[in-house]
Formats: sequence, C-alpha cells, structure tokens
Amino acid sequence: MPDHRPRARTRSALDPPLSFKVIRAVFLTLLTGFVALPVYVMITSSLKPPADVAGAFRWIPSGLTVRPYIDIWHTVPLAKYFLNSLIVAGAATVCSVVIAVFAAYAVSRYRFRGKRLFTVTVLSTQMFPGILFLLPLFLIFVNIGNTTGVALYGSRGGLILTYLTFSLPFSIWMLIGYFDSVPRDLDEAATVDGCGPLGALFRVVVPAAVPGIVAVAVYAFMTAWGEVLFASVMTNDTTRTLAVGLQGYSTQNDVYWNQIMAASLVVSIPVVAGFLLLQRYLVAGLTAGAVK
Amino acid sequence: MTSVTTEGAGRLRRTATRVRGTGRVRRAALPYLLLLPALLLELLIHLVPMVMGILMSFRELTQFFIRDWSRAPWTGFDNYDLAVDVNRPVGEALLGSFLTTCLFTLLSVALCWFLGTAAAVFMQENFRGRGFLRALFLVPYALPVYAAVITWAFMFQRDNGLVNHVIHDQLGLGGAEHTFWLLGDNSFWALLIVSVWKGWPFAFLIVMAALQNVPKELYEAAALDGAGIWQQIRRITLPSVGAVNQVLILVLFLWTFNDFNTPFVLFGKSAPEAADLISIHIYQSSFVTWNFGTGSAMSVLLLLFLLLVTAGYLFLTTRGRRDADA
Repeated sequence: MPDHRPRARTRSALDPPLSFKVIRAVFLTLLTGFVALPVYVMITSSLKPPADVAGAFRWIPSGLTVRPYIDIWHTVPLAKYFLNSLIVAGAATVCSVVIAVFAAYAVSRYRFRGKRLFTVTVLSTQMFPGILFLLPLFLIFVNIGNTTGVALYGSRGGLILTYLTFSLPFSIWMLIGYFDSVPRDLDEAATVDGCGPLGALFRVVVPAAVPGIVAVAVYAFMTAWGEVLFASVMTNDTTRTLAVGLQGYSTQNDVYWNQIMAASLVVSIPVVAGFLLLQRYLVAGLTAGAVK
Repeated sequence: MTSVTTEGAGRLRRTATRVRGTGRVRRAALPYLLLLPALLLELLIHLVPMVMGILMSFRELTQFFIRDWSRAPWTGFDNYDLAVDVNRPVGEALLGSFLTTCLFTLLSVALCWFLGTAAAVFMQENFRGRGFLRALFLVPYALPVYAAVITWAFMFQRDNGLVNHVIHDQLGLGGAEHTFWLLGDNSFWALLIVSVWKGWPFAFLIVMAALQNVPKELYEAAALDGAGIWQQIRRITLPSVGAVNQVLILVLFLWTFNDFNTPFVLFGKSAPEAADLISIHIYQSSFVTWNFGTGSAMSVLLLLFLLLVTAGYLFLTTRGRRDADA
C-alpha cells in the first residue's frame, strides 16, 4: 500500500531552513536570558546569607540558607500586609466582577437609550491615568472624614473603592465581549422555557461564560495585587498593603536585600501560579476584547 | 354564586392585565436596573472625581485647605498658566517631564512591540521546550510590579548590583568607577529596560493569540507555491496581525505613558530628572510639594493630551481600515 500522507508533505514543505532555525535559536536564547535574569536573582538572593547580598554581587551563593524566609515575617509585619492585600484585592475583584456581570449583560443583550454613551464612557475611563482620580478621591475621602466622621481615608473600604476605578471598567468591557460570544439563541430559548431575564443570565449566560468570568477575575485580582499608586497614598499603618509594606525592609542603615527578595518571591507565587494556570482563558478574553 | 364567579373572573382578568402592564414597564426598565449598580459606581469613582479635579484645578489648593477644599481661593487659570509657562521653573519642569515621557513611551512601545511580535512569530511552530518558554515569557507580566521592579532596583545598585558587577568587574568595561544607574542620566535607560521587560509579554500574548486565528491552509498553499519561511512571515503572518496591532499599540502607549508603578518603585517619590515620567511628576507636585491645584491642572492637561492622541489615532487607523475595506 503506497504511503501518501499529505501532512508529511506539507510539513517538509513548511520545515524551516537552517538560517531561520539559527536566528530563532539566538533570538529566543537572548530573550530567555533577559526574562529569566531577575527571576534568577530573586530566587538565589533570597537564599543567600546576608554577607552575600551586602557585598559585591555573586552569581553563585557562598552558602544557602532559608533564614530570610523566616526573618521576613518579623522584620516587617508581612502577614498583616499580606492579609490587607488579600482583603483589598479580593473585595475589589468580587465587587467589580459582580457589578460588571449585570452591566455587561444589559449591554450585550438589550437595546436601550444611552447604551452607546455608557460603553464609550466605560472604554474611555480605562485610558485615564490613575493619578487623575487619586487627587480628587484623596480630598473627597479626607473631607467626608472631617464632616461625617466616616474614615474612608486610610481604610480598607476606601482603598477598595479606589481600586474599582480601574477594575470595574476593565471587567465590564471584557465581560461584554464574553457575553457577546455566548449565542443569543441559548438565553432566548431559556426565556421561552419560562426563565425570567435574570434566570436566563444566571442559568445560561453566566455558566456559558465561566472561563471568561474567571479570566476577568484573575486579571482584576492581579492588577489590584500589584497596585502601588493608590496604596501608597490611601493607606496607613494598619491598612498598609504589600505594595507599600515591602519598603519596610530598607532601614536607614541597612537594606535587607535577601529578605526583600524572599518576601517578593512569597508574595509573587500565588498570583504567578494563578496566572499561569488560567492564562489560556485570559488570552482568549484579551483578544476577544481587543479585536472588537 | 354566579355573581361571585364573575367577580372572581373579573378580578383575575384585572390582575392579569396589571401583571402584564408592569411586565412591560419592567422589561423597558430592566437594562437600566441591571446597569444601576455600575452607573452609581461610575458616578462615584469616575464622574464626581473628574468634575472635582477640574474644579480643583481652578483653585489655589495647598495643604492648608485639604481639610475643606471648598474654602480654597478661586484663581481662574493661574494654575494652568503656571503649568504651561515654560519660562518659569514649574512649566519648564513639566515640559521636560512631558518630553521625557514621550521619548520613553515611544522607545518602550516600539521595543515591546518588536520583542512581542518576534517572539510570537518564532514560537508559532512547535519545537522542544516551546511550552516551557511560553510560560516563562509570561512571568514578568504576572509578577506583581513592586516585586519585579524591586528586584531590578537591586540589580541596578551601584556597589553590589549585578549590572555593574557584569559590566565593570567581569567584562572590564566602563572603567574602574562603578556606574550610577538609579541616579543621573543613566536612570532613563534603567527605567526603559525595566519597562520593556515588564511590558513586552503583553504584546507577545496578544500577537500569539491573533496568530492562532490565521488559517493553516494559507501557509500550506504558500509553501506549495514555493514561498520560503521568511516570505510567509512577511506576506501572511505580519499582515494578519495588522488589525490587532492597532489596538495593541494604543493600549501599550496608554499604559506606558500613564505608568506610575515602575518609576515609583525604582526611584521612590522623586525620580531623577532624566527619568521623571509625567505621572510621578504630577504625584510629586501634589503630594510632596502639596500643591493640589497645580497638580490638578497638570492632570487635566494630561487628560486632554491623551484624549487628543487617542481620538487622532483611532481616526487615522479606522479610516485606514475603511479604505482597505472599500
């Protein structure tokens, strides 16, 4: 029997020439070095004894120690900052995703007056710099505190509210794209079968868009977890997040670089792991949102 | 008996009409009800602060009026005059910061786009270790900004940093004196490297996803017609990401231009002049020198600039697309 495999033929036709392979190998090697360098520094330095990070840089540690991983919790109240970050980023994520689900459903499934105005507003607020909202929100919080005694400035609630300035428009925008990709026939059929609009949303559209909702939530959480600007202005000693708290490892006399690297690694692992696990959903969502 | 039944039926019919009536009203109001929480929040977190920011920019708002900003004296366009007058220190510094930001953004976006596109094109076909590289390349994007940038700050330390160790001690370049990377003119390049390192994976992600939508048959047909790999890249791969590029470049531009986190973690509250990006500059004008009025005026000017650039960019790119369609 003659073995004619069209796949084999096209693969050999597509098999890249040596020049391509060489350039690819060189480019990807250099890029890998560039990307991995800080990761290498972060991991090795976090395991170095203090003398290694205080003096000239060493590629290979003179010895390995897990001491920094123990000390990070005492030098600064890292657990407290961790908890604050978790609460603030988590609450901002939940709030923005829940509210965005309703709004995106309305935009995706209904025609109504002002729809275009709403979507344009949401899209444009995404491009505004955070500094634009920081000054007024800071003054609003301070003034509310002075007139009503409600301490928004310095509180976790206030910080969560400011985080919505970037996570809400992003969530709405991405979810519109995801809901649009759920076939309309599905929720129309559910309505015919006796579901109300909210029933259709929660029984059909939301389950069908779960990967998208997860992606939006991960992204919102990541952004809030890494946020520095609002955190550095809107927090005090008790509500400080990791973004600001990590600066505590540099004192007037000493910078505990090995502890900084260990703490950086500890606070990075949850988000990096989550991101790498869920990146497929995120990529699909980003392009769905970007191409439209 | 009969009267009761008729009455009952009538009541039933009336109730039915009422239900249907409210049903229609509810259907018309439904999208607004669904939007209500989002609208209220948008009002609270975007609209009110923006209007307030504009009002603040017309006042002499210093630290003495923080407790009650409405008492700050109205000064008309004084803050704007101060911000744009390049003959006075404030305006001169703002212009310098603006130009630095423009140059920085241009270089960073170009490099991010190039690295992202090249990596996506090179990784289109399967090879050993592709999955691992793909995951590794996404790490800079996933790392929290402060953790990543603080590591770079460590690497750029003058005395015990990796960069100077390699350049001066191992390669013997640049003389015996170690270079300052986080002070002076070199800080621009340090910031650029960190920004590209952090930003390029986003371009990589987007271009890679866009390439997945290109039909394989196109390549096969081209290969059968004798097109080599470089020709395929030039004729098929790059054109097919064109539409995505328009959004990608706009998003990269806005993010880089507005970036506060990277310079703030790398340099602290006041960046060296060579790396004084506009966000940091406004932050410093507001929260270090406590002049919120001028800071607000600068914010409004920045917003106008971004709106103008975005509108112009969208106009140009969508017009181009319409021409191509026609």
